[in-house]
Parts: sequence; C-alpha cells; structure tokens
Amino acid sequence: MSDAQSRFHVPTPPFRPGDAPDFSYLNLPKAGTAKRPDALASWRETSDLAVGLVGVLDHNHQAVGDWDPRLSPEILREGLSHMVLTRIYDERMLKLQRQGKMSFYMKSTGEEAVSVAGAMAMRPTDMAFPSYRQQGLLFARGRDIVDMMCHCISNSRDNLKGRQLPVHYAWAEGHVFTISGNLGTQFPQAVGYAMACAYKGEDRIAASWIGDGTTAEGDFHGALTLASTYRAPVILNVVNNQWAISSHQNIALGDAPTFAAKGLGYGVASLRVDGNDFLAIYAATQWAAERARKGGGATLIELFTYRADAHSTSDDPSKYRPKGEFDSWPLGDPIERLKQHLIGKGEWDEARHEKLEETMTALVVKSYKEAESHGTLHDGPLAPTESIFEDVYARPDWRLRRQRQDLGI
Amino acid sequence: MPAMNIIQALNSAMDVLLDADPDVVIFGEDAGYFGGVFKATDGLQAKYGLDRVFDAPINEAAIAAIAAMAVGMAARGLKPIAEIQFADYIFPAIDQIVSEMSRIRYRSAGQFTSGCVVRSPWGGGIRGGQTHSMSPEAFFTHVPGLQVVVPSNPYDAKGLLIASIESGDPVIFFEPKRIYNGPFDGVPDKPLSSWARHPKGEVPEERYTVELGKAEIVRPGEACTVIAYGTLVHVAEAAAEHAGIDAEIIDLKTLVPYDIETIAASVNKTGRVVVAQEAPRTSGFAAELAAQIQEECFYALEAPVFRLTGWDTPYPHAHEWAYFPTRDRFIRALKTVTEA
Repeated sequence: MSDAQSRFHVPTPPFRPGDAPDFSYLNLPKAGTAKRPDALASWRETSDLAVGLVGVLDHNHQAVGDWDPRLSPEILREGLSHMVLTRIYDERMLKLQRQGKMSFYMKSTGEEAVSVAGAMAMRPTDMAFPSYRQQGLLFARGRDIVDMMCHCISNSRDNLKGRQLPVHYAWAEGHVFTISGNLGTQFPQAVGYAMACAYKGEDRIAASWIGDGTTAEGDFHGALTLASTYRAPVILNVVNNQWAISSHQNIALGDAPTFAAKGLGYGVASLRVDGNDFLAIYAATQWAAERARKGGGATLIELFTYRADAHSTSDDPSKYRPKGEFDSWPLGDPIERLKQHLIGKGEWDEARHEKLEETMTALVVKSYKEAESHGTLHDGPLAPTESIFEDVYARPDWRLRRQRQDLGI
Repeated sequence: MPAMNIIQALNSAMDVLLDADPDVVIFGEDAGYFGGVFKATDGLQAKYGLDRVFDAPINEAAIAAIAAMAVGMAARGLKPIAEIQFADYIFPAIDQIVSEMSRIRYRSAGQFTSGCVVRSPWGGGIRGGQTHSMSPEAFFTHVPGLQVVVPSNPYDAKGLLIASIESGDPVIFFEPKRIYNGPFDGVPDKPLSSWARHPKGEVPEERYTVELGKAEIVRPGEACTVIAYGTLVHVAEAAAEHAGIDAEIIDLKTLVPYDIETIAASVNKTGRVVVAQEAPRTSGFAAELAAQIQEECFYALEAPVFRLTGWDTPYPHAHEWAYFPTRDRFIRALKTVTEA
C-alpha cells in the first residue's frame, strides 16, 4: 500500500467513564471445552490453553469438562467460606480505613477465588510469594484474623512491628513470604526459592502472584528465563484483573494475544484460566503443582479476572473507567458462581449462605474489637520505638547503637 | 603457607566453604564450567558438581534475577555466593539488592533473612573504560541492611569472604581487580609486582576469618592519617614511602560498618587526614568518612580533611591515569595536609 506508514500507537481501553461497557469483544471460550494434558506433558501441549481459557463452571454453574477437579462438597464449602470471609474482611477494613483507623488499604473484591483456590490446591508447606492482593491466601492457610488486623493497624501486636504499610503481610509459620510494594520482585524470588527446594531434594514448591501490569517489569522476564533454564518447581501466577491502577491491561499486553502466551516463548507450560471460577483455578493450580513436584518445571498461569473495586484507598476508579463495569463482566462474581454451583448440587442453600455471611461478619467485627484492644496506629500502643533499630542486621552495629541514643531511647 | 594472588585466595575461600557446608552454592555468568572471566571459581564446578557451582543466564533482567535468586535461596536456608561479572553491571540488580535483599530481615521483623554474598570485580586501573572500571560502593553503603566489604590483599580476601557468608546478612563484596594479580603502587608504567613478595600474599589453605567491621593500620605513622580501601591502600603506601612522609595508613576493609574507633584514634593522634576513593567525588564514601571525622575529631584536626578521589566524570578510557588517584596525586595530597 502506497499510504502505509508507521504511526505512533498508544493503546486505549475499550471504555472510559461515560461509555457503556460491552465485553463481547473478549470472545471467551466456553467452560469445559479446554483439553487437560498430562501434568508432565511438554509445554507445547499447553499452546492452545495459553490463548484459550481453562474453565470448569458453565453458565448454569455446573462443573463440566476435563478440568473438573471433582472436589468434595466439604472442600467447596471451605473455599466458599474463605472467599466470603475475604470479601467481608475487605469491606470492613475499607470502612475502618475511611474512619482513619489505618493509613491505607487494598481490597481484593471480585478476585477472591484467585488466592483462595490457589492456596487450597497447594500444600500448606508450599512457599507463597504473594502480591498485596492475595489476602484470601492467608485465610485459606489459617492465619489468625486478629493478627492480620493488628498488622493492618500497626499496633503493639503487629508481627511486623509497624514497619510495613497495611496488607503487606508476612507469615513465616504459614509459609507466606514478606510482601513487597515494589512490583514483581517476588517473581524471581519465588523461582530462587523453588530452585532451593529442588536443590535440597524436597518436594515442596513455590508459587508467586503478580498483576497484569507487572508483566512489563524486567523481573517477570527474568523469572521466566530462570524458571525455564533451571526447570524450577514454581507456579508463576499473573492475576489479570484488567486494570493496573488506571491503565488498562493492554498497556502491558501490547499486541500479545494473552499474558499466558508470553510464557510459551520461554518454554514454560502456560495456561489462561477463568479467574472467577474456583474450580478452574483449583484444577489449574493442582495441575501445575503436580507438574512442579514431579520435575516438570514451572507453569505460568494467567488468571483472567476483574478488579471489582479501586486499586487501593488512594484512587477513585470512577475517574478512569465506567461505573457498573463489573456488572457487565462476562465471568461474573466468583463467590456467586461457587455458591450457585453448591446450591445446584444440593450442598448449599440461601439460608445457609446468609448464615455464613452473618457468622463471618460477626467474626470480623469481634476480631477487630480484639485487635483494637492491642492499640491503633493513631492512639497506640505501637511496637516500642527502639524497635526501629532492630532487625536491620542480626546485631546492630555502632551506628545504630549511637543513633538510638541520639533519638534518646 | 602457600603464596596466592587474590583470585587464588578467593577460590580457596569458596573451596573451603563448599567443602564444609552443603548449603553453600555459587553462581553467576560464566561462573560455572568456565570458572568466571577472572577465574575466581575455576575448578569448583568440576570438584563440587553442577548443582553447587553453576552458570546463570546473561542479560540485564537475568543479572537482576541472579541477586533475586540469592534472596530466595537464602530465605530457604542456603548460603548463596552470586557473582556479578563487573561491578559496573550491578545496576540492573539494584532493585533486588536495595529494595529486597537488604530489607528482608527488617520488613519481616526477623521472620525471614537474606544472608548472601554478591561478589563483583570492582575498580579501575585496567584500561576497562567506563563500563569495566567503576567503583559503585557508595550506592550500597547508603543502604541500611547491607554490609559492604572491599579487601586489599589475598589474605584478607579469603578471610573476609568466609566471614561475609557466615555473617547471616547480605554482603556486597567488591574485589579490586587491578590488584588481583599483584599490588599496584599507582605508577602506571611500572611492571606488575607479585603477591608472592608481599606478606599478605601468604594465605593458609584452611578456613579462617578476617573480622568484618575491623580496619587495619597497615603502616603506622605520626604525620597524617590516610584512610583507603582496595587498590588505593597500596598506592597510599607507595606514596608515603616515595615521598618520605610519615603517614599512618588505614586499610578500611569493611565500609559498612566501618571501624570508627581505629579511624578516630589515628586522626586524634595525627590531626591530619586524607580519605581516598577511586569513585567520583560527589556523594562518595570519602564524603561520609570526612563528615564523620569532623564530627568525631574536629578539635584534633590541624588541617581540612582532604578528599582524594576520582573526578566527577564517567571513568575515561584513554585518559585513565588522569582520572585515577595515582601515586603522584597521593603525594600531592599528603604534602597538602602535612604542610597545611
């Protein structure tokens, strides 16, 4: 073409405030249509899965296809319970942040299945390197809610001694690594940890979670390179919740077909999964965990979901995306879908669900009261002031000893 | 005791560590089969196996991940020694070192630690141009949670490396590559001398440590104090000898935490100080030393603290010796402070 010429291109989101959201362009494959290869199959056999979508729950909330993990009703109810708790916890913590009880908060609304199903499909001793939006993982691993809240309000019982922003949890006992605010750093760390597990001849694995926007960071590519080179027993999750603060996923995606497809170039097994489908996430994680444990190496999992609320308490999504976008999201609400699935199986009902919500609300309210009895960021008590000089090194050197004296403590 | 150069001493340190502790692993670009571009890990893969001494991918993201991997591995209880091929190449890893490795213990309130060593050939004087000559120590001395070590001879190189990996906290271990094979007196055209003729070239085969945080007075004197590390320790000695100035020369060895007691005692005695670094002047580590000395020893000072440094330019290739603090520049510095 004679008029063909390069033009500077900047992707734009499909809709901005004022537009009517319409997700029909996504053209997502139906649940149950994806083939499930053997867990030790070549990464090449995941090529279709990386650009397709692993889904189990269909539009009638029935479990269909090869990927159905055939979980017991007890496991499903446990998953539902963790997800409901996560949502209620987030709601409550947001309110408390608005009341000035904590400096900052980040909800995971709409993405609860990602971390709950992921954590439940792994062993409790597998090492998790989460981002700041995987609080469901902590609930699934049995973290004490009061302890989580004490961290968020930075009080005297905060296990991080008030050193981290809220939601940057760390819990060694539960095999949850310390969360960073610098995006993506945990990805190659998880690979390194997984390499160490393999080096030690253990069958433990590592898993990490980053967002769609973070795939543009060098650490994403470094992690995949190393994971491939050393066949590290690691699960690398990309939570594609469509938005990196105000930037649509296409700012990081470019013209790539999917984030999962990026794994194929590294020779890493890659799956795109319905991130609002508890069963699909569970099944995909189980597959990847088996692959890792049996020596098949890493898996990149893109969890296709939607960030139903703000990025954090510091942004207002109505400024950059249409209101009501989540209501049009074709993959629905992960809690509602699992709930309807259980009801369809005769293993759950509205009354029980209401009761569960009441129980969890009461638990959260009661837990916060207890947490507050150990202090708050504003009114204290906090960790002792001199503790700011601890844990910089195994033993403080003369500089820290003197500086502590300079502070008068 | 055998005579070793710095490369052999580092190799011996890693040999001892690998032999004693199965948790020690070593990796870096070309560090495995080939033994590193400076041969510091020569023969170790053959002796200890592919899984203990291995090659890492080469590109900037992968270099960053080498450091990250060290963090992950250390959290799992291993003791990794990562090699960054040149200190000039460490910057892609800076987020993992500065934001992660250095703070793992602190931000987890001691639940996780990241004790590891990042070794890297450092400094100029080898006609390496701007990308193989840098002394980027000040970027790291500024970071709480890191320890920064620069040996100046084979004996210390081995003992400090073993102490570093056993410290339990991350150490940035910069190796003055100009003096890998022999001490350098700062006179560019003179033939290289050998470590075999230097007392610190005698290196025991067995395990020993040189304490972190301890400086050493390598030349006692009364006229002034020189504080140096790495290559410049030898240049300072040569300058004092050549000019016949009774300088007391302190080999700092550990930059963080630096040995304030030894520094203060010497400065309080001499009242005159030269602090030396190869790196550019502004915000260099010499500035920290100068500031601390004036806080600590102000009333003992007889002359302004003299900073002898590289210039505030990138490291030049053709005019390397116009940039480098040579013996002649040292002599001028010593005269300036002693005649002030």
